[in-house]
Amino acid sequence: MIFTYYPGCTLRTKAKDLDRYARLSAEALGITLEEPENWQCCGGAYSNVNDEAATKLSAARVLNSAKELGRPLVTVCSACHNVIKQTNYDIQHNATLAYKVNNYLGLDPQYNGETTVYHYLEMLRDVVGFDKLAEKVVNPLKGKKIAAYYGCLLLRPSRALSMDDPENPTIMEDFIRAIGADPVIYSQRVECCGGYITLEDKAQASKRSSAVMTDAEENGAEMVVTACPLCLYNLKKNSGSQLPVVYITELLAEALGVKEESNE
Amino acid sequence: MSNIKDAVLNSYGKNVRKCMKCGKCSATCPSYDEMEYHPHQFVSMVEKGDIETLMKSESIFKCLTCYACVERCPRNVEPARVIEAVRFAQLRKQGNNHLIPDMIPDMLDEDLPQQAIVTAFRKYAK
Ligand code: SF4
Ligand code: SF4
Repeated sequence: MIFTYYPGCTLRTKAKDLDRYARLSAEALGITLEEPENWQCCGGAYSNVNDEAATKLSAARVLNSAKELGRPLVTVCSACHNVIKQTNYDIQHNATLAYKVNNYLGLDPQYNGETTVYHYLEMLRDVVGFDKLAEKVVNPLKGKKIAAYYGCLLLRPSRALSMDDPENPTIMEDFIRAIGADPVIYSQRVECCGGYITLEDKAQASKRSSAVMTDAEENGAEMVVTACPLCLYNLKKNSGSQLPVVYITELLAEALGVKEESNE
Repeated sequence: MSNIKDAVLNSYGKNVRKCMKCGKCSATCPSYDEMEYHPHQFVSMVEKGDIETLMKSESIFKCLTCYACVERCPRNVEPARVIEAVRFAQLRKQGNNHLIPDMIPDMLDEDLPQQAIVTAFRKYAK
Protein backbone atom coordinates (compact mmCIF):
# COMPACT_ATOMS: atom_id res chain seq x y z
CA MET A 1 0.00 0.00 0.00
CA ILE A 2 1.30 3.47 -0.86
CA PHE A 3 0.16 6.66 0.89
CA THR A 4 1.07 10.23 0.09
CA TYR A 5 3.17 11.58 2.92
CA TYR A 6 3.70 15.16 4.06
CA PRO A 7 6.67 15.43 6.46
CA GLY A 8 6.68 19.23 6.83
CA CYS A 9 9.61 21.54 7.56
CA THR A 10 10.63 20.35 11.00
CA LEU A 11 10.76 16.64 10.17
CA ARG A 12 13.37 17.57 7.58
CA THR A 13 15.50 19.46 10.10
CA LYS A 14 15.23 19.28 13.90
CA ALA A 15 12.91 16.27 14.03
CA LYS A 16 14.62 13.88 11.64
CA ASP A 17 14.03 10.96 14.02
CA LEU A 18 10.29 11.53 14.01
CA ASP A 19 10.41 11.26 10.21
CA ARG A 20 12.88 8.38 9.88
CA TYR A 21 11.10 6.14 12.38
CA ALA A 22 7.73 6.99 10.81
CA ARG A 23 8.88 5.73 7.42
CA LEU A 24 10.68 2.64 8.77
CA SER A 25 7.77 1.59 10.94
CA ALA A 26 5.21 2.16 8.18
CA GLU A 27 7.34 -0.01 5.86
CA ALA A 28 7.40 -2.75 8.51
CA LEU A 29 3.60 -2.53 8.59
CA GLY A 30 3.29 -2.79 4.82
CA ILE A 31 2.77 0.88 4.01
CA THR A 32 5.14 2.95 1.88
CA LEU A 33 5.07 6.68 2.55
CA GLU A 34 5.78 8.69 -0.58
CA GLU A 35 6.31 12.43 -0.66
CA PRO A 36 4.61 14.39 -3.41
CA GLU A 37 6.79 16.73 -5.48
CA ASN A 38 7.40 20.32 -4.44
CA TRP A 39 5.56 20.42 -1.15
CA GLN A 40 6.05 23.54 0.97
CA CYS A 41 5.90 24.33 4.69
CA CYS A 42 2.30 24.46 5.97
CA GLY A 43 3.04 27.57 8.05
CA GLY A 44 2.71 25.83 11.41
CA ALA A 45 -0.49 27.59 12.43
CA TYR A 46 -3.85 27.93 10.77
CA SER A 47 -5.15 31.47 10.27
CA ASN A 48 -8.49 31.48 12.03
CA VAL A 49 -10.05 34.28 10.03
CA ASN A 50 -12.50 34.32 7.21
CA ASP A 51 -10.79 36.83 4.99
CA GLU A 52 -7.44 35.18 4.43
CA ALA A 53 -6.60 32.66 1.74
CA ALA A 54 -2.88 33.16 0.99
CA THR A 55 -1.63 31.48 4.17
CA LYS A 56 -3.74 28.40 3.37
CA LEU A 57 -2.37 27.78 -0.11
CA SER A 58 0.55 25.50 0.70
CA ALA A 59 -1.76 23.13 2.58
CA ALA A 60 -4.29 23.31 -0.26
CA ARG A 61 -1.55 22.52 -2.76
CA VAL A 62 -0.44 19.34 -1.01
CA LEU A 63 -4.07 18.28 -0.52
CA ASN A 64 -4.59 18.65 -4.25
CA SER A 65 -1.36 16.72 -5.01
CA ALA A 66 -2.64 13.82 -2.92
CA LYS A 67 -5.93 13.95 -4.80
CA GLU A 68 -4.11 13.84 -8.14
CA LEU A 69 -2.08 10.87 -6.94
CA GLY A 70 -5.32 9.19 -5.88
CA ARG A 71 -4.12 8.37 -2.37
CA PRO A 72 -4.85 9.47 1.19
CA LEU A 73 -2.50 12.01 2.74
CA VAL A 74 -0.59 11.12 5.91
CA THR A 75 1.06 13.60 8.31
CA VAL A 76 2.93 13.02 11.56
CA CYS A 77 3.62 16.45 13.05
CA SER A 78 0.62 17.65 15.07
CA ALA A 79 0.86 21.15 13.61
CA CYS A 80 0.92 20.00 9.96
CA HIS A 81 -1.98 17.69 10.71
CA ASN A 82 -3.90 20.57 12.24
CA VAL A 83 -3.26 23.06 9.43
CA ILE A 84 -3.93 20.56 6.64
CA LYS A 85 -7.14 19.21 8.17
CA GLN A 86 -8.49 22.67 8.98
CA THR A 87 -7.69 23.83 5.44
CA ASN A 88 -9.47 20.80 4.01
CA TYR A 89 -12.48 21.32 6.27
CA ASP A 90 -12.78 25.00 5.38
CA ILE A 91 -12.43 24.30 1.67
CA GLN A 92 -15.31 21.83 2.06
CA HIS A 93 -17.48 24.21 4.07
CA ASN A 94 -16.55 27.71 2.92
CA ALA A 95 -17.37 28.28 -0.74
CA THR A 96 -15.59 31.65 -0.86
CA LEU A 97 -12.35 30.14 0.41
CA ALA A 98 -12.64 27.23 -2.03
CA TYR A 99 -13.19 29.70 -4.87
CA LYS A 100 -10.17 31.82 -3.89
CA VAL A 101 -7.87 28.84 -3.41
CA ASN A 102 -8.81 27.34 -6.77
CA ASN A 103 -8.34 30.72 -8.45
CA TYR A 104 -4.91 31.28 -6.93
CA LEU A 105 -3.67 27.80 -7.72
CA GLY A 106 -5.37 27.71 -11.12
CA LEU A 107 -6.65 24.21 -10.47
CA ASP A 108 -8.43 22.30 -13.20
CA PRO A 109 -10.21 20.16 -12.18
CA GLN A 110 -11.04 22.11 -9.05
CA TYR A 111 -10.11 20.97 -5.56
CA ASN A 112 -13.08 20.85 -3.21
CA GLY A 113 -11.77 18.93 -0.23
CA GLU A 114 -11.81 15.41 -1.70
CA THR A 115 -8.59 14.14 -0.08
CA THR A 116 -8.75 11.92 3.02
CA VAL A 117 -6.20 13.10 5.60
CA TYR A 118 -4.83 10.76 8.24
CA HIS A 119 -2.65 11.59 11.15
CA TYR A 120 -0.07 8.80 11.48
CA LEU A 121 -1.90 7.55 14.60
CA GLU A 122 -5.16 7.40 12.64
CA MET A 123 -3.36 5.42 9.96
CA LEU A 124 -2.30 2.94 12.68
CA ARG A 125 -5.81 2.77 14.11
CA ASP A 126 -7.98 2.91 10.99
CA VAL A 127 -5.82 1.38 8.26
CA VAL A 128 -3.44 -1.03 10.02
CA GLY A 129 -5.59 -1.65 13.13
CA PHE A 130 -4.16 -1.65 16.65
CA ASP A 131 -4.83 -5.40 17.00
CA LYS A 132 -2.81 -6.11 13.85
CA LEU A 133 -0.10 -3.74 15.05
CA ALA A 134 0.09 -5.62 18.36
CA GLU A 135 0.68 -8.86 16.43
CA LYS A 136 3.69 -7.32 14.67
CA VAL A 137 5.35 -6.17 17.88
CA VAL A 138 8.59 -8.07 18.54
CA ASN A 139 9.94 -6.00 21.46
CA PRO A 140 6.92 -5.24 23.64
CA LEU A 141 7.63 -2.36 26.02
CA LYS A 142 6.35 -4.48 28.92
CA GLY A 143 5.51 -2.77 32.17
CA LYS A 144 6.61 0.64 30.94
CA LYS A 145 4.32 3.40 32.22
CA ILE A 146 3.87 5.90 29.41
CA ALA A 147 1.95 9.17 29.49
CA ALA A 148 0.42 10.16 26.16
CA TYR A 149 0.68 13.88 25.53
CA TYR A 150 -1.88 15.09 23.01
CA GLY A 151 -1.48 18.82 23.54
CA CYS A 152 -3.83 21.03 21.59
CA LEU A 153 -3.22 20.61 17.89
CA LEU A 154 -3.87 16.88 17.53
CA LEU A 155 -7.48 17.03 18.65
CA ARG A 156 -8.83 20.57 18.40
CA PRO A 157 -10.93 22.00 16.90
CA SER A 158 -12.62 18.62 16.85
CA ARG A 159 -15.24 19.50 14.22
CA ALA A 160 -12.43 19.83 11.65
CA LEU A 161 -9.90 17.32 12.97
CA SER A 162 -12.43 14.57 13.86
CA MET A 163 -9.69 12.36 15.19
CA ASP A 164 -10.97 11.42 18.63
CA ASP A 165 -13.03 12.65 21.58
CA PRO A 166 -11.38 16.03 22.29
CA GLU A 167 -11.74 15.74 26.07
CA ASN A 168 -11.36 12.01 26.66
CA PRO A 169 -9.26 10.72 23.78
CA THR A 170 -8.09 7.11 23.62
CA ILE A 171 -6.10 6.83 20.40
CA MET A 172 -2.64 7.34 21.96
CA GLU A 173 -3.45 5.15 24.96
CA ASP A 174 -4.61 2.39 22.60
CA PHE A 175 -1.36 2.82 20.69
CA ILE A 176 0.62 2.52 23.94
CA ARG A 177 -1.26 -0.70 24.79
CA ALA A 178 -0.66 -2.08 21.30
CA ILE A 179 3.10 -1.77 21.75
CA GLY A 180 2.85 -3.60 25.07
CA ALA A 181 3.18 -0.71 27.55
CA ASP A 182 0.78 0.74 30.14
CA PRO A 183 -0.82 4.14 29.50
CA VAL A 184 -0.92 6.74 32.28
CA ILE A 185 -4.03 8.93 32.33
CA TYR A 186 -3.61 12.51 33.62
CA SER A 187 -5.69 15.64 33.15
CA GLN A 188 -3.02 17.84 31.50
CA ARG A 189 -2.67 15.49 28.54
CA VAL A 190 -5.00 17.66 26.42
CA GLU A 191 -3.78 21.07 27.61
CA CYS A 192 -1.28 23.28 25.77
CA CYS A 193 2.52 23.11 26.31
CA GLY A 194 2.91 26.82 25.51
CA GLY A 195 3.69 26.30 21.83
CA TYR A 196 5.30 29.23 20.01
CA ILE A 197 5.13 31.51 23.08
CA THR A 198 8.56 30.05 23.95
CA LEU A 199 10.05 32.55 21.51
CA GLU A 200 8.96 35.61 23.41
CA ASP A 201 7.81 34.53 26.85
CA LYS A 202 9.92 31.73 28.33
CA ALA A 203 8.21 32.12 31.70
CA GLN A 204 4.82 31.33 30.24
CA ALA A 205 6.16 28.39 28.22
CA SER A 206 7.83 27.02 31.31
CA LYS A 207 4.68 27.45 33.40
CA ARG A 208 2.64 25.49 30.87
CA SER A 209 5.13 22.72 30.15
CA SER A 210 6.01 22.17 33.81
CA ALA A 211 2.28 21.84 34.62
CA VAL A 212 2.06 19.05 32.03
CA MET A 213 5.20 17.23 33.16
CA THR A 214 4.41 17.51 36.89
CA ASP A 215 0.95 16.06 36.30
CA ALA A 216 2.36 13.16 34.25
CA GLU A 217 5.03 12.49 36.86
CA GLU A 218 2.60 12.62 39.78
CA ASN A 219 0.46 10.03 38.04
CA GLY A 220 3.37 7.62 37.80
CA ALA A 221 4.63 8.16 34.27
CA GLU A 222 8.16 6.99 33.44
CA MET A 223 8.08 8.58 30.04
CA VAL A 224 6.00 11.04 28.00
CA VAL A 225 5.23 10.43 24.35
CA THR A 226 4.26 13.05 21.74
CA ALA A 227 3.82 13.50 17.99
CA CYS A 228 4.81 17.16 17.93
CA PRO A 229 8.36 18.61 17.69
CA LEU A 230 7.35 21.84 19.43
CA CYS A 231 5.70 19.94 22.31
CA LEU A 232 8.84 17.83 22.63
CA TYR A 233 10.97 20.97 22.74
CA ASN A 234 8.83 22.72 25.37
CA LEU A 235 8.42 19.65 27.56
CA LYS A 236 12.16 18.95 27.47
CA LYS A 237 13.67 22.44 27.52
CA ASN A 238 11.17 24.55 29.39
CA SER A 239 9.62 22.26 32.00
CA GLY A 240 12.58 21.62 34.28
CA SER A 241 11.53 17.95 34.42
CA GLN A 242 13.98 15.08 33.88
CA LEU A 243 11.30 12.68 32.64
CA PRO A 244 12.19 11.42 29.14
CA VAL A 245 10.03 12.76 26.29
CA VAL A 246 10.06 10.73 23.07
CA TYR A 247 8.31 10.66 19.72
CA ILE A 248 5.53 8.13 19.05
CA THR A 249 7.35 6.83 15.99
CA GLU A 250 10.56 6.14 17.90
CA LEU A 251 8.68 3.93 20.39
CA LEU A 252 6.88 2.26 17.51
CA ALA A 253 10.14 1.51 15.68
CA GLU A 254 11.59 0.10 18.89
CA ALA A 255 8.56 -2.15 19.46
CA LEU A 256 8.61 -3.33 15.84
CA GLY A 257 12.33 -4.12 16.09
CA VAL A 258 13.34 -1.79 13.27
CA LYS A 259 15.05 0.87 15.36
CA GLU A 260 18.44 -0.76 16.02
CA GLU A 261 18.59 -2.13 12.52
CA SER A 262 18.37 1.40 11.14
CA ASN A 263 21.16 2.63 13.40
CA GLU A 264 23.69 0.04 12.25
CA MET B 1 -11.03 54.22 11.65
CA SER B 2 -14.80 53.98 11.74
CA ASN B 3 -14.77 50.68 9.90
CA ILE B 4 -12.59 48.78 12.31
CA LYS B 5 -15.53 46.92 13.84
CA ASP B 6 -16.81 45.87 10.42
CA ALA B 7 -13.33 44.69 9.43
CA VAL B 8 -12.93 42.63 12.60
CA LEU B 9 -16.43 41.15 12.37
CA ASN B 10 -15.81 40.29 8.75
CA SER B 11 -12.53 38.52 9.59
CA TYR B 12 -14.23 36.74 12.48
CA GLY B 13 -17.11 35.62 10.27
CA LYS B 14 -19.38 34.46 13.09
CA ASN B 15 -21.83 36.03 15.52
CA VAL B 16 -20.42 37.48 18.77
CA ARG B 17 -23.96 38.02 20.03
CA LYS B 18 -24.38 34.28 20.52
CA CYS B 19 -22.21 34.63 23.65
CA MET B 20 -24.20 33.96 26.84
CA LYS B 21 -21.44 35.35 29.08
CA CYS B 22 -20.82 32.14 30.97
CA GLY B 23 -17.07 32.75 31.24
CA LYS B 24 -16.12 29.20 30.38
CA CYS B 25 -13.65 30.34 27.71
CA SER B 26 -11.69 32.42 30.21
CA ALA B 27 -11.94 29.74 32.88
CA THR B 28 -10.28 27.21 30.58
CA CYS B 29 -7.70 29.54 29.01
CA PRO B 30 -4.09 28.56 29.81
CA SER B 31 -3.01 32.18 29.24
CA TYR B 32 -5.60 33.72 31.57
CA ASP B 33 -3.01 35.08 34.04
CA GLU B 34 -0.88 36.57 31.30
CA MET B 35 -3.77 38.41 29.64
CA GLU B 36 -4.88 41.91 30.52
CA TYR B 37 -8.14 41.26 28.62
CA HIS B 38 -9.48 37.74 28.85
CA PRO B 39 -11.19 35.71 26.10
CA HIS B 40 -14.76 36.54 27.22
CA GLN B 41 -13.80 40.23 27.33
CA PHE B 42 -12.54 40.08 23.76
CA VAL B 43 -15.97 38.79 22.76
CA SER B 44 -17.94 41.46 24.64
CA MET B 45 -15.59 44.35 23.76
CA VAL B 46 -15.71 43.48 20.07
CA GLU B 47 -19.49 43.36 20.30
CA LYS B 48 -19.47 46.85 21.84
CA GLY B 49 -16.97 48.11 19.26
CA ASP B 50 -14.27 48.80 21.86
CA ILE B 51 -11.66 47.28 19.59
CA GLU B 52 -8.74 49.70 19.56
CA THR B 53 -8.20 49.09 23.28
CA LEU B 54 -7.75 45.40 22.47
CA MET B 55 -5.51 46.09 19.48
CA LYS B 56 -3.13 48.08 21.69
CA SER B 57 -3.02 45.42 24.40
CA GLU B 58 -0.28 42.79 24.68
CA SER B 59 -3.11 40.29 25.27
CA ILE B 60 -3.39 39.71 21.51
CA PHE B 61 0.07 38.14 21.61
CA LYS B 62 -0.58 36.00 24.69
CA CYS B 63 -3.18 33.72 23.13
CA LEU B 64 -1.54 30.35 22.35
CA THR B 65 -4.13 29.35 19.73
CA CYS B 66 -4.67 26.18 21.74
CA TYR B 67 -8.38 25.97 20.79
CA ALA B 68 -9.43 25.14 24.37
CA CYS B 69 -11.93 28.02 24.35
CA VAL B 70 -13.10 27.05 20.86
CA GLU B 71 -13.78 23.48 21.92
CA ARG B 72 -15.35 24.31 25.28
CA CYS B 73 -17.57 27.31 24.49
CA PRO B 74 -21.16 26.04 24.83
CA ARG B 75 -22.39 28.59 22.27
CA ASN B 76 -19.86 27.94 19.52
CA VAL B 77 -18.63 31.53 19.63
CA GLU B 78 -15.01 30.44 19.12
CA PRO B 79 -13.33 33.22 21.14
CA ALA B 80 -9.89 32.39 19.68
CA ARG B 81 -11.23 33.51 16.31
CA VAL B 82 -12.28 36.85 17.81
CA ILE B 83 -8.76 37.28 19.21
CA GLU B 84 -7.23 36.31 15.86
CA ALA B 85 -9.43 38.83 14.05
CA VAL B 86 -8.35 41.62 16.42
CA ARG B 87 -4.69 40.60 16.18
CA PHE B 88 -4.85 40.62 12.39
CA ALA B 89 -6.55 44.04 12.41
CA GLN B 90 -3.50 45.27 14.31
CA LEU B 91 -0.84 43.42 12.31
CA ARG B 92 -2.32 44.27 8.94
CA LYS B 93 -1.57 47.96 9.49
CA GLN B 94 1.73 48.93 7.89
CA GLY B 95 4.68 48.82 10.27
CA ASN B 96 2.93 46.89 13.04
CA ASN B 97 4.69 43.56 12.86
CA HIS B 98 5.35 42.20 16.33
CA LEU B 99 8.15 39.92 15.11
CA ILE B 100 10.70 40.73 12.41
CA PRO B 101 13.36 38.41 10.95
CA ASP B 102 16.22 40.41 12.52
CA MET B 103 14.96 39.40 15.95
CA ILE B 104 15.25 35.67 15.25
CA PRO B 105 19.03 35.02 15.62
CA ASP B 106 18.96 36.04 19.30
CA MET B 107 16.04 33.70 19.94
CA LEU B 108 17.65 30.58 18.52
CA ASP B 109 19.06 27.67 20.44
CA GLU B 110 20.34 24.40 19.05
CA ASP B 111 17.11 22.50 19.72
CA LEU B 112 14.49 25.05 18.70
CA PRO B 113 12.29 23.45 16.02
CA GLN B 114 11.67 25.38 12.78
CA GLN B 115 8.00 24.92 13.51
CA ALA B 116 8.24 27.43 16.39
CA ILE B 117 9.62 30.12 14.10
CA VAL B 118 7.19 29.68 11.21
CA THR B 119 4.27 29.55 13.64
CA ALA B 120 5.40 32.70 15.42
CA PHE B 121 5.59 34.52 12.08
CA ARG B 122 2.05 33.41 11.28
CA LYS B 123 0.86 34.78 14.61
CA TYR B 124 3.06 37.85 15.08
CA ALA B 125 3.62 39.28 11.62
CA LYS B 126 1.98 39.92 8.27
S1 SF4 C 1 -7.02 29.65 22.10
FE1 SF4 C 1 -6.09 31.43 23.13
S2 SF4 C 1 -7.78 32.42 24.20
FE2 SF4 C 1 -8.48 30.36 23.66
S3 SF4 C 1 -8.03 29.11 25.47
FE3 SF4 C 1 -6.26 28.94 24.11
S4 SF4 C 1 -4.82 30.55 24.76
FE4 SF4 C 1 -6.83 31.02 25.66
S1 SF4 D 1 -17.50 30.32 26.62
FE1 SF4 D 1 -18.61 31.10 24.82
S2 SF4 D 1 -20.64 31.71 25.61
FE2 SF4 D 1 -19.26 31.47 27.40
S3 SF4 D 1 -18.42 33.57 27.74
FE3 SF4 D 1 -16.97 32.49 26.41
S4 SF4 D 1 -17.62 33.04 24.34
FE4 SF4 D 1 -19.33 33.53 25.68
